[in-house]
This record gives sequence, structure tokens and C-alpha cells, in this order.
Amino acid sequence: MKEVSLTIDGKNITAAEGTTILEAAKAAGIDIPHLCYDPRVKPAGTCRLCVVQIEGRAGLTISCNTTVAEGMRVLTENEEISAFRKTILELILSEHRVACTSCDKDGACALQDYAYRYQADEGRFGLAKRKPTKPNYATNSEAILYDPDKCILCGLCVNYCEEVQMAEALTFAGRLGQMEVGTAFGIDLHTSSCVLCGGCVEICPVGAMLDRAAIGKGRHKDLIRTRTTCGYCGVGCQLELLTNPTTNRIATVTSYLGCIPNNGNMCVKGKFGMQFVGSDKRLTTPLIKRNGKFEEATWSEATDYVAKKLSEIIAEHGPNSIAGLSSAKCTNEDNYVFQKFIRAAIGTNNVDHCARLCHASTVAGLARAFGSGAMTNSIDELTNAGCIFVIGSNTTEAHPVIGLNIKDAVVENGAELIVADPRAIDLVRFSKLHMAQKPGTDVALINAMMNVIISEKLLDSDFVKERTEDFDAMAEAVKDFTPEKAAEITTVPAEKIRQAARIYAKASASSIVYSMGITQHTTGTDNVLSLANLAMLTGNMGKKSAGVNPLRGQNNVQGACDLGALPNVYPGYQSVEDAEIKAKFEGAWGKELSPNKGITVVEMMHAVENDEIKALYIMGENPALSDPNLNRTRKSLETVEFLVVQDIFLSETAEYADVVLPSVCFAEKTGSFTNTERRVQRVRSAVAPPGQARSDWEIVCEVATKMGYPMSYDCTGKILDEIASVTPIYGGMSFERIDSVGLQWPCPDKSHPGTKYLHKGRFTRGKGKFHAVEFIPPAEPPDKKFPFVLSTGRLLYQFHTGTMTRKSSAINQVSPTGYVEIHPDDAKKLGIADGDNTEVMTRRGKVTTPAKVTGNIGRGWLFMPFHFREGPANMLTIDALDPLAKIPEYKVCAATIKKAPATS
Amino acid sequence: MAEETRLIEQLIDRYEGDVGMLIPMMQDIQAEHGYLPASDLRSLSKRLEVPLSRIYAVATFYTSFRLAPKGAHDVTLCMGTVCYLKGSPDILEAICREFQVEPGGTTTDRLFSFQAVNCVGACAVAPVMLVDGKYYESVTPASALEILNGLYPDEDASEKEDEA
Repeated sequence: MKEVSLTIDGKNITAAEGTTILEAAKAAGIDIPHLCYDPRVKPAGTCRLCVVQIEGRAGLTISCNTTVAEGMRVLTENEEISAFRKTILELILSEHRVACTSCDKDGACALQDYAYRYQADEGRFGLAKRKPTKPNYATNSEAILYDPDKCILCGLCVNYCEEVQMAEALTFAGRLGQMEVGTAFGIDLHTSSCVLCGGCVEICPVGAMLDRAAIGKGRHKDLIRTRTTCGYCGVGCQLELLTNPTTNRIATVTSYLGCIPNNGNMCVKGKFGMQFVGSDKRLTTPLIKRNGKFEEATWSEATDYVAKKLSEIIAEHGPNSIAGLSSAKCTNEDNYVFQKFIRAAIGTNNVDHCARLCHASTVAGLARAFGSGAMTNSIDELTNAGCIFVIGSNTTEAHPVIGLNIKDAVVENGAELIVADPRAIDLVRFSKLHMAQKPGTDVALINAMMNVIISEKLLDSDFVKERTEDFDAMAEAVKDFTPEKAAEITTVPAEKIRQAARIYAKASASSIVYSMGITQHTTGTDNVLSLANLAMLTGNMGKKSAGVNPLRGQNNVQGACDLGALPNVYPGYQSVEDAEIKAKFEGAWGKELSPNKGITVVEMMHAVENDEIKALYIMGENPALSDPNLNRTRKSLETVEFLVVQDIFLSETAEYADVVLPSVCFAEKTGSFTNTERRVQRVRSAVAPPGQARSDWEIVCEVATKMGYPMSYDCTGKILDEIASVTPIYGGMSFERIDSVGLQWPCPDKSHPGTKYLHKGRFTRGKGKFHAVEFIPPAEPPDKKFPFVLSTGRLLYQFHTGTMTRKSSAINQVSPTGYVEIHPDDAKKLGIADGDNTEVMTRRGKVTTPAKVTGNIGRGWLFMPFHFREGPANMLTIDALDPLAKIPEYKVCAATIKKAPATS
Repeated sequence: MAEETRLIEQLIDRYEGDVGMLIPMMQDIQAEHGYLPASDLRSLSKRLEVPLSRIYAVATFYTSFRLAPKGAHDVTLCMGTVCYLKGSPDILEAICREFQVEPGGTTTDRLFSFQAVNCVGACAVAPVMLVDGKYYESVTPASALEILNGLYPDEDASEKEDEA
């Protein structure tokens, strides 16, 4: 790009052609005042505050929408400019009711700052009068308050809603003195196309839009800002928790421009989902169940009891009769300590966590094909992909901030988006092509795409020859898999499959994005291997913006896997069955370790039935709602001899426990999380824990010590140092190094800069390996008695089992309960109307839930979100497992549905 | 097919589905109904793939578009400089209070649609109010209410007001 030279305030500056004066100045450390500018939206130039003087030009020029030119000489401040700005501010103040005394934004208001800086007189053109109070679009919103008296009509919120979130909920209504921000026809915000990202509240330069729950909870000038990593999903957004030091409560949440990976953007969960932290339902003291009832206990009583019981069980039945569930919600440090406790203090490899239920097939499949099982690229690389192939990922709902990148790539950069999903998800409106494959037929679809690519010679032969092996076996397997054959299996028209194959193969850089629509099948590993095949076949690997990108679900599911909360590997995916590696860890941990790999989540529950598992230690997981076939899971939790649950709430699982240990949540801990793009980021404590709650790692260390295996650390930083010493991919990590923007693994040593994308020049395993994958139908096909295919999944507004999100009033307003999606034709046949209560039944159980009749789902298919304890979808799901990854098939089982009698 | 969808399909044909012709399409909808029904705008939004919020912004920006059905009568109150000085703000307030209507709005019983405009060019006889094109001179709050109350069909008092 061409560079131009100019001077701003006498400073020589070079900037890329096309840069605006305001941006060039900002990059050079010169801040030009502005109210309506934000780098994420197109410059509107309405506030007129950013005027500058350009030598040789008459009058003043708006700098946010004037681009730099060679030799330009710019002045950003002089008497004339200051006087002009003062007048502009006074005009704005004549329409902004100055109420700083009672405004939450006091201390974080750009208008207040500039008015002070230029000593603007708010009464010069008459004080702004109160407009007649009448209801507006946000009056009934639990999330947002809109005050037209304070609105300066800068347009940032409207433009953000349109250009960044692309929700198109907000607009300007009316004109001149009557102009206001509103929704179409002034409908209530929570019934509009708003997705509650809170972007409008964040971008508002004044206090016209506020987080309703935060009103009166503290003025911004008094709040303490703590930067941390969001505790919800795997995107790992950088947030600032604004806490009120006098109440020890989070008042509101914000983010900041320029941060990685979210650039100040948030989703509803990060912005409005933090009420759980200060909930009075939090556990504050250890509980021991006596005669079927929980009684409060001291820490020393509780940990004594746990240590004693576990030691007795080991003495009587051996260490393999104990199993532990670590947690994808906990920090890397918690996970490391937990698996060390299970392996060294207990003496078994029976440790696993909920990655088993989401991406076990990714870890298994990508490790086989490439040598390591994680996102190959970074999130920001999606923006420059030529083609994005989203399959089995409802990105805008499950990973909303990555959804923004994808939408931006399409709208701003012309990326071609292919969506393969049984449902017409929101991304479809941005896509070039939507393939609505029948659930459980992904291998057929991908094999047919490869068939087209090979037969039309669209493959990258050089890449295949130089970088991969076993191409012939794969080619043989897809030879007869024509699009016509796949069309019969998937219901996707053959021509669409051909088009998709051509778009994917021909694009400059193609990125595959997938999630649980691919992994949660008995053929999950096969699905992942197929995607790996597709990427290697077209050479879309080992380069920027091209690769295979599994989006991880939980905030730290990547880290929990990385740090060995898996039954077959130590931290850093080092095999427990490798004698040399075992010896290394025995040296580091000073204890003889088990040479046999342990059992997985669902196997643990099944092993309780056979009396092989006597005790379960569960840290921060809720299998009583998240595991498949709940009747069977809950029976195991009930019958297991000894159950310890360490959690922040008395979850559905904790209710079955013998001992409940109160732990602290992400906002109260220090440590690190690893996000979906392998970035290890800091977690910083913002509020003090409730009652006697303690950090997970501290609790585990105390139990281990009482069991005769002393474990103690001065602080979490020391744990990360120990992690670095035994985990090659984390070798260069330390709190100092990850402090500002984190570090992406592999990062083998202290001078390594981290790795933006994987497999450049060489695959982790050497050559990329093709696999011949045959199509295998799902474990439980529909039949006469159960004629529907039932899939389960997530909603934007909820997270996992809802223990956290369902404590938010803003979220409860838009997502009060679960439902089952059904096609209008099916609903008509069964006499079911939208909103009717229905009974959904499978071979394992039945639940009652309201129907959502929608054309977004195919005929013969049903979809249920799994977050809700009333009508839990997992009563219905099947616990059939992928033979390699042991992941259950949440996405397909046979079901039937009928209208239920109305509930009272 | 619903009535509104048929009209929308005709408009799409007429303007070859060109998003740039949004305003003419909206004008045609208004010509058909006398206002812009929400259901039509929803259909248009879906069909043109233009967000409803943007169509709404256009509809509320231009004063010639109306989102509610017109009243049986058109009432215009002049707020030009002379009328203003001679008391039209008081008349405005009286009308708004009595009929629970705002400038640009229509009374709930659809008796009249009300507009407050900048100048009707009859300053000599200010303040001026127009009802269905007919000029009423030197209006007061009380006389304005009388005139408007006289618009109800069963009350036949309009002649008296003319003389008042």
C-alpha cells in the first residue's frame, strides 16, 4: 500500500493512503476530540468536533472522514479550533439534559470530558428541557435503558447495530427535533431483532444508553476496573469488570477497543450475564450430607472427611475405583493441580472432563490427521479468508464474537460463505450457499465434495504430493461417492454439493469452521477426519486464513485438554502409556504413576453401575444435566458410594453429593484460561469470594496433602511455572509474558513469540495423513415408533446448564425456558400450534416442553436446546459413543412428539 | 395469498425488485391505503431483504409518509412567526390536550389528522387554522376547539362557529 507523508501539529508522519486524518493522528499519539467516531463503524462526520485546520484550505475540515494526502500540513488545535469546538459542545449541551449528579456514566462520559476541557457553558443556548416522558423501545427492556433527553444523536449505536453486529434492530426514527433512536415501529427491544450484545450501551459516548441492572450500583468514576478473560465461551473475550469497592459487587461489564480477540465487542453473556457472581444462591460454606440432609461444616471437617473416605476406598478397592471430573470452566492452574491430584495423590488416570462431550472427536481426529487437535488458525485470520465453510457450528449463537468476524469477512471483504447445517441458522442470511444436510450425514456430504474436487481436478496436487500421505486410500474411498449418491443420503441437491466443492476449492484461502454439529456423533472422529481430508486435498492448511478450525465451547476447554484433564495424556498431550514420558512425570511429581490410561466421562457413569467406580470427585461440572441419557446418569450419581462436588452453586449434580465444597468463580480467581485459538490469557480477580469459598486448586491441594501427598503453591503464577516445566507446548508461558495480549501455543521456550497458525511448512506429526472414511449412519435411525430425528444444541442467550446465565434478568426476559423446534407441516399434521405444550419422547425418557413451529428446520427433524432443567433435553439423548473418542451422539436420536395437555 | 403480499408482489414487478426504488414503492403503498400499514412494510422488508428498521427510518424521516390511517378531516395549524407571536402555541396545546393528539398524529377516533406547519402565508389574519383546506382566521384556543368539536357528524354547529 502506498504511504503518504504529512505533518500533524508540526510532527512528521507517514500513513497509508486512504487513512483518515483522525486515524493517522491517533496512530501518532495525537488525540483529536470526537464524539461520533469509532474505528469499528464507518465515519459519519456528524458531531463536527473533530475539525482541524489544513494549511491552504479555507475554514475547518472534519478529520474523521477526510483522508491524508502527500505534503498535507494539519493543525489539530489552535484558538479558532478551540472556539469552534466550544460552540459545538454548547450546541450539543443545549440538547443534552445535563444530569451528571445522578448519571452512572459520570467519569466515563466523553461529552463531560470535552465540556470540561473546553469549558463549555451548558446554558449558553438555553438549558435542555425535559422532553415529555413517554414509553420508548427500551422502556420494558430488562437489559437497557434509553434516555432521549441525554441522547446527542451521534448515531454510533445505530451504526454499530447495523455495521458491526448486523442485527439491524436500532434505527433513527423521525427527524429534526423529534428525532430519536428507536426500533422499527417502536416495538420493545426484546421482541426486535436485537441480540442483546450491549454494543449500543458500550459505544454510547454519553449516558443515553445504560445497562439497566447497573443503574445506581455505582458511578463509573468510583468503580474499579479489572481486566480479565470472560468465563463463558471459548472465544476468550477480554472484559473489564467494573466493581463497586463498597459493595464488593460487579456493577457492570465493559471491554475496550483494540483488545485481542474481541476488539471491544461482547455478546449478551459477557455483557449482561454476570449477575450470577453476586447471587445469594452462591455456596458459601462446605456442606456434608448427614441422614440425607446437607449440614454446614468447617473446611477442616470437610477436607478431613473427603481425604479419609478417599483413602479408605483406595485401601479397600484400589486407586482405579476412584474417578475425577475436572472442569473446562476452571483455570489452567486448577486443571493442572486437579489432574496431578488424581494421578499422583490418588494414583489413577481416571480423570476426564466435559471436553469428552464436545470436542473429544476433534482431539482424536485432528491428532491422527495433523498431529495436534486444536484450531489451526487465529480468529482474526477469518476476516481475510476467501471462503469460509461453516459446518455444524451455529457460530452467531454459540461463539457470537467469532460470528462477528465471519459476518465482517463476508460483508466487508467479500468472503464466500458456505453453511452446512440442518437448520437455517442466522449465518445463512450471509451465505452464498446453504446445504441443509440430514443430521448425521456429514461424512457423505464431505466425501461427495471431495469426489467433485478430485474428478474436476480442483485439488492441490503439489500440496498432496509434498505434504501428505495415504492420498490413494482416501481417493479410493470417495471414488464412487458422487454428489447424486450423497444427495440421497443427505437430502442436499447434488448440484449444491458441486457448487460448494467448487467454491471451497477455488478460493484463495479457505477456512473450515466447525463445532458440535460435527463432533457429537458416533461418527464424530470420522467427521473430523473428513474435514481434515478436505482441507489437505485443496492445500488449505499451514497458511494464513486457511485451515480447520474447531470452535471450542467452554471458556477453558482448550486449556483443560492441554493440561491433561484427559484419561490418556499428561499435560501437553503426552501419552500416559509412553514409559519415557511416565518416568519424566514420576520424576517431576515424586510419585509412581499408573501405566494404564483411565476411563472417560460416560464410561465413568457406566462403571458405577458395575461397581467398578466407588467414588467420584467432580470439580465444576454438572453431569446431572449435561450428560446424555440423564435417567441413567442420575442413577449412577445417586448410587455411587462417595460423591464429592466442588462448585459455585448447589447444582443438580451437587444435590447428589456426600460432600459439597464451595469454590470461587472466574471473577474471584487468578490464573489463566486458554481460548479456542490456543491463546493463554490472564484471569484476574475482581471481587472477593462469597463466605468461605476458596479457589479450586487450594481445595484440591488441601485434600491431597491430607491424603499424604503434600501439594502446595504460593500463588497461581508458581503453578503456571510448574506447568511450563513439564509441558513442552506451554514451555515459554509465564504470567509476565501473557500479561498484555496472551500467548498462543505452541510456545516452547521463553523467547518464542507463540504460534499464530499451525502446520506451516510441516505438520506436527510430519506428513498430513489422509484417512479413508466410509459413511456410517447414526446409532439410532428413526423408525415407525420414533419417526423424528432429534438434535440438541445451544442458544445465544444461555450457557451450558444455565446455572450462570439463568441468574440474569436481561437473559431471562428473552430466553425464559426451553422449547422444541418443529417444521410447520409436521406440526400441522400433529395438531400442534406454536407455543403449544408438547411431549417429546425417546426410548430413554420423555419431557414436556413448548413447541416452536418454524420453517428453519427440515420436515421430520426436531431440535431442542439443552440448557433447561425443566424439560431437560438430555433425558432424551442417547449415550451411544464414538468408538475412538467416546463422545456421545447428542446430535441424533430417534424421537416422537405429540401435543401435551395444557399445564395448569 | 394475503392482500398485502399481492400488492408487494406487484410493486416488486413494477420496479424490478430494485432496492433503490424503495421510496417510490412506499409511495405506491401509501397511494393504495392512504398510509403505510405495518404489515405491508414487513412484507416489503422481507421481499427486498432490507431490514425493517431501515424502512421505518425512511418512513419516519419524510413527513409525507404516514404510519397510521388518516383521519376523516385534515387539520393544519400554522406555527409561522406571526401566528406564533399571536398565540398559536396556546392553540396547539389546547388541541393536543382536548383531543389527545400530537402534531403529525391522528385522533384515536380518526376524526382528524393534525399537522403543525411553519407558515401558510396568511399572516394578516393570524393565527390561522385550516380544516380540509378551508381557512379559519384569528383563531383562539376556545374557537379552535369549537370548530374541531363541530366536525363530529351528529353535531351541526359549524355555521355558528363561522360567525364567531
